[in-house]
Amino acid sequence: MMKTHRRNQLLLIAVLILGAGATLALVMQALTENINLFYSPAQVVAGEAPVNQRIRAGGMVVEGSVQRAVDSLQVNFLIGDLRSAQFPVVFEGILPDLFREGQGVIAGGNLNESGVLIADEILAKHDENYMPPEVLQMMASEQEKNLP
Amino acid sequence: MIIELGHFALILALAMSCCLAVLPAIGVHMEKAVLMRTGGSLAAGMFVFTLISFICLALAFIGDDFSVAYVARNSNSLLPVYYKLSAVWGAHEGSFLLWCLVMSSWTLAVALFSQQLTDDMRARVLAVLGSVSIGFYLFLIFTSNPFDRTLPFFPSEGTDLNPLLQDFGLIVHPPLLYIGYVGLSVPFAFAIASLSSGKLDAAWARWSRPWTNAAWAFLTMGITLGSWWAYYELGWGGWWFWDAVENASFMPWLIATALIHSLAATEKRGVFRSWTVLLAISAFSFSLLGAFLVRSGVLTSVHAFAVDPERGVFILWYLVIVIGGSLLLYGIRAGKMGVSVGFGWLSRESFILANNLILTVSAITVLLGTIYPLIYEWFSSGQKISVGPPYFNMVFVPLMLPLIVLMALSSGSRWRRTTTEVLLAKQPLRLLLSGVVCLIFCLLTSTWNLWFLAVSFISIWLIVNLLADVRFRLGKRGFAGLLKQTPSYYGMWLGHIGIALSALGIVTTVIMSEEIDLLMSPGDKTQIAGYDLTFEGVERVMGPNYSADRGIFEISRQDRVIEMLYPEKRLYSPSQNVMTEADISVSFWRDVYVALGEPIGNQAWSVRVHVKPLVRWIWLGGILVAIGGFTTILDKRYRRLKIARQQQFRSDTPVQASLA
Repeated sequence: MMKTHRRNQLLLIAVLILGAGATLALVMQALTENINLFYSPAQVVAGEAPVNQRIRAGGMVVEGSVQRAVDSLQVNFLIGDLRSAQFPVVFEGILPDLFREGQGVIAGGNLNESGVLIADEILAKHDENYMPPEVLQMMASEQEKNLP
Repeated sequence: MIIELGHFALILALAMSCCLAVLPAIGVHMEKAVLMRTGGSLAAGMFVFTLISFICLALAFIGDDFSVAYVARNSNSLLPVYYKLSAVWGAHEGSFLLWCLVMSSWTLAVALFSQQLTDDMRARVLAVLGSVSIGFYLFLIFTSNPFDRTLPFFPSEGTDLNPLLQDFGLIVHPPLLYIGYVGLSVPFAFAIASLSSGKLDAAWARWSRPWTNAAWAFLTMGITLGSWWAYYELGWGGWWFWDAVENASFMPWLIATALIHSLAATEKRGVFRSWTVLLAISAFSFSLLGAFLVRSGVLTSVHAFAVDPERGVFILWYLVIVIGGSLLLYGIRAGKMGVSVGFGWLSRESFILANNLILTVSAITVLLGTIYPLIYEWFSSGQKISVGPPYFNMVFVPLMLPLIVLMALSSGSRWRRTTTEVLLAKQPLRLLLSGVVCLIFCLLTSTWNLWFLAVSFISIWLIVNLLADVRFRLGKRGFAGLLKQTPSYYGMWLGHIGIALSALGIVTTVIMSEEIDLLMSPGDKTQIAGYDLTFEGVERVMGPNYSADRGIFEISRQDRVIEMLYPEKRLYSPSQNVMTEADISVSFWRDVYVALGEPIGNQAWSVRVHVKPLVRWIWLGGILVAIGGFTTILDKRYRRLKIARQQQFRSDTPVQASLA
């Protein structure tokens, strides 16, 4: 009787360790596979962002850069920072309501070899005064750099 | 004047909370019954002043008092009056006032409905609730005062409430969610009170069970409604995004779910005592952590509250004090609870243990995914990242499947000891039955996806087991036997059925939904999932504070018209905000969801069409789970105690009379 009790305890501990290990492995793998690094326009232009790997990049939609296709849902536009760095984005689908020229956005997708971000998601926030923290900080640090 | 009155009432409520934190506690320390009993009236005072303050803010909204900064930012004279009222909690400051109102309501409820507690215990519980409230009031008054004025130069017109919030969802979702969130402070208070008194017997579990179940049911309701709201309002047909703020409500829910199960084991069998206390502390800590993540702006989220670093720092300190303090107390006292009650390695206790293990681990994985961007940024000195929904799906789904399996197996389990024969004897038949049902389901829909097969199979198996259990409990008595069962049993049963229905809804929607974004000109037809959709054109309509392009769509199936849909693209005039208002053809088996994108020119529009089978089941399941939670409160067991206490009271009366 005692023996089965002991055996069960051992079994329980083994199951626990296995379960914890499996969960940990799963979490680690899921984390490494599913994080999207964030890049600023300057970094994208400088070639610091990896090609053909899912990233997020954010900045302002450059005024006058939004072009729509006539026969499909394709939209082309530029994302830029407060200075001159800007990169082209292609998106096929419906843009969020608050997507506007001159507003902050985050685009998620893959950069191709010619430096175009093929986006599959565009995030514009549901508050006109809201700026994604990433974009806000990026611009703040750039303004600091601009100071003499 | 009204505004100053509201502000003043808020300060008085803070004073009340300070007294509530101190006086009953002193009473306990000095063993003075008079001081201990101040708790009730102080709780009432705190509630009344918070209510006055809340009403004052509501009056400012109704009266369009734009000299109040918060009103000016979140209202407009054109706003319909019911949205003016709900705009009270439409942004940070007012929603936190609602939070405080809910907190004081729970405190008052505890004071009113805890007659069965000893004076000593009641005083301790109320003192803890009072201390927790102090932090909330300080936060409200010093960092987020909704009564701040913009005098002397105030705007003649308000900026308007965010159009997304001008919806029925805002009226019901935040209050229910907050009732749940803040309600978790009650089991927390019970746990801390028991720790401080050193009396961690099964009684504290019985006291806190109805409260915990109620808070948890409200939280379930709030999350379910939030998901439904996001689905129809955000305009892209998603019902869960693993957004930081959703996670902030989901983590306390997971821990609270573990807590209600572990409380049941503690009450019935006296097991897991210290673990249950730890869960009660964690559940409330997670709800505070949620408040921090939502209101400090450290994470990117669709729920954008105005960001102010000062607020983040305040809540962080509050978190450190509350969590640190309670864990310290736990560390000192928990070791002295060493009562070990044994249980068989196959028993209801062990099922609950496994349930707790899985729920806690899944809450931690969600937490990790939510705050990983912060951790990563810290260690990589500034590199920003985001964690995508695939992480959560990849980790969370494999954790939930065994949970459903456990639910199915445990329906026949007994406390203390269950034999393998009892548990497994009838399973082959039930497995076969569920397999057949599942196969028919797959054949009818001709879906052969492994995930779909696995999830629907075990969900159906869970339903079969629950139905079989009811039949077993009926015995030969028929409906008479049905009435014999306790509300606790029905609550459990409804809750588990709800989970099964939700799981079926989720897996079907995820695997079998069809979605297209396309360009449509008036007269264009498209086919999706066996439905024909005709775009008949766009008309102009005017709302109270917006103008809209309203699309006219006809859905038909095999040349029979099913429904006309009118999705809108609205332009809210005060704020010049554009908003998508989708229109949905709703049914028990499927939704057809149509949203207008943008005008592309030549009267053509981009259109989003989704057909989502069983999507309603997700929320139907959630509502059943919540109803289950409420049902358990009806259990006579909690009231029987009260009667016993009253009898005991009667014998005490002469002594008390002489004391008075």
